[in-house]
Amino acid sequence: MPETITERGRGPGAEPGPRSRTGAGTAEDAPQATAAFEAKIAADERIEPRDWMPDAYRATLVRQIAQHAHSEIIGMQPEANWLTRAPSLRRKAILLAKVQDEAGHGLYLYSAAETLGTGRDELLDKLHAGRQKYSSIFNYPTLTWADVGAIGWLVDGAAIINQVPLCRCSYGPYARAMVRICKEESFHQRQGYELLHTLAHGTPGQRAMAQDAVDRWWWPSLMMFGPPDDESAHSAQSMAWKIKRHSNDELRQRFVDICVPQAEILGLTLPDPDLRWNEERGQHDFGAIDWTEFKEVLRGNGPCNEQRIGRRRQAHEDGAWVRDAAAAYAAKRARAAESAEAAA
Amino acid sequence: MSTAQDPATAAPAPLDPAAAAGALALGDDALVLSHRLAEWTGHAPVLEEEVALANIALDLLGQARTLLSLVGDEDELAFLREERAFRNVQLVEQPNGDFAHTIARQLYFSVYQELLYGQLAAAGEPSPLAPLAAKAVKEVAYHRDHAEQWTLRLGDGTETSHARMRAGLDALWRFTGELFRPIGGLAVDWAGLEAAWLAAVGGVLERATLGLPEGPRGTGWSAGAGREGVHTEPFGRMLAEMQHLHRSHPGASW
Repeated sequence: MPETITERGRGPGAEPGPRSRTGAGTAEDAPQATAAFEAKIAADERIEPRDWMPDAYRATLVRQIAQHAHSEIIGMQPEANWLTRAPSLRRKAILLAKVQDEAGHGLYLYSAAETLGTGRDELLDKLHAGRQKYSSIFNYPTLTWADVGAIGWLVDGAAIINQVPLCRCSYGPYARAMVRICKEESFHQRQGYELLHTLAHGTPGQRAMAQDAVDRWWWPSLMMFGPPDDESAHSAQSMAWKIKRHSNDELRQRFVDICVPQAEILGLTLPDPDLRWNEERGQHDFGAIDWTEFKEVLRGNGPCNEQRIGRRRQAHEDGAWVRDAAAAYAAKRARAAESAEAAA
Repeated sequence: MSTAQDPATAAPAPLDPAAAAGALALGDDALVLSHRLAEWTGHAPVLEEEVALANIALDLLGQARTLLSLVGDEDELAFLREERAFRNVQLVEQPNGDFAHTIARQLYFSVYQELLYGQLAAAGEPSPLAPLAAKAVKEVAYHRDHAEQWTLRLGDGTETSHARMRAGLDALWRFTGELFRPIGGLAVDWAGLEAAWLAAVGGVLERATLGLPEGPRGTGWSAGAGREGVHTEPFGRMLAEMQHLHRSHPGASW
């Protein structure tokens, strides 16, 4: 019953106007609409673009999906750094396919964000102006070829743990984007693991390269799950809205428990002297994360923050004349089509 | 990407030396251009072009791997030959420049590749490269379409884009003569190929309000030089970057 109120009151055709405003919360219908929204969330139904939703729910999703999209495109940089130096043609092809997928993931996610009434251009402007964030992990440099493998195994691995629950996120377009993205991410993750496995079982030089990469990427990967639960500003609300399904610390623990046996198979160590199996908990204990470093990176003071955003801005500025040309050409074609129609 | 059923990669019969030289030349073209396009990653003017340029680079890399594998070990050939042993045309090794420069290079080269692979595919069984050509010609038709669409947009877009497209086309024009220098071992009607190429490129450029560049299409120095291992200066630097890791770990597998 609450759903029919939503449909009738705010559904398609009920309120003409730009798509961006459908479903916006207003004061007078708030109580009924809120009840309908909450009933849907409680019933594990999906919220769709034309449904009414609280402004704060919309804003949280825009922030999260945009940040996710930005992470995909900024995340192309550390890996593309090794594209021109990949040591075999097979590895080069795999890496090229991967960065191409990441651009595609960025596109899906910008589309998902656009269903909430924002535009890709607007989001990119915010990224370039530093008003929207991307994942802290991409502010670390790729210093050797093994870093490409460590990113595949650990960074993509952490991303998958974070993202699989998002396939059940309450917002339909986001959940559906995540289903597609997770399939491709798992593939990348296995390829990264295999790359690292090859190095770890290769020459002494390759093995040392692999261990060094894991040493440098392990802690930043653990930080990808966000601040500890008692310091996570958005967590409680996001979980209530079923945007998030598990807490940061829960997911981080799951990641550690998955990685430990994988590291053993690789024959590599994880750089944490406090890491050990806790029989009582049935989980691994692990050392303290350097949250000062995490905050510094988020504040823009990580090793590559300036470089990453600078590159993105540069690409955007350098490409302005190309986008202008495409728009001018499209306008000319449209005018030509119009006058052809008029003449007919 | 390639599978066991793929006719292009199914256990090839060893090539005779002339055919191997042809495969090497075409393989080097694809390898080098793929590398140049991969350099665009993270720099493209719109996200869709990140996808498109990486996609084209990946297709070309696939062609290169198939062709080089017909000749020998793909990695030895890619990473352990020095500059003077590469047989690619100079056009594909030219630095990316701006987007118009890259598109001009793509237009010239993809039209060439489409026509060339078309002829090789039509030659059928007697040509050892026919199976590869039959597969690659479909990819290359897409590359040509991409280059053509951007040539139209840039040529007939704004004054700035027109001027930049003009500059890109003119700067690369002198490298186009080399494309039609016969490669031994390939059954191709080179004169017919050149005529068809001029007509196709000319047609696109006319629609793009540009027209063919003027000036020579290859000097005595540059025409044919790449096929003989004589390259332009930027190429050595490109190879240094491409090969350094592989060369730093002799005997390692990756």
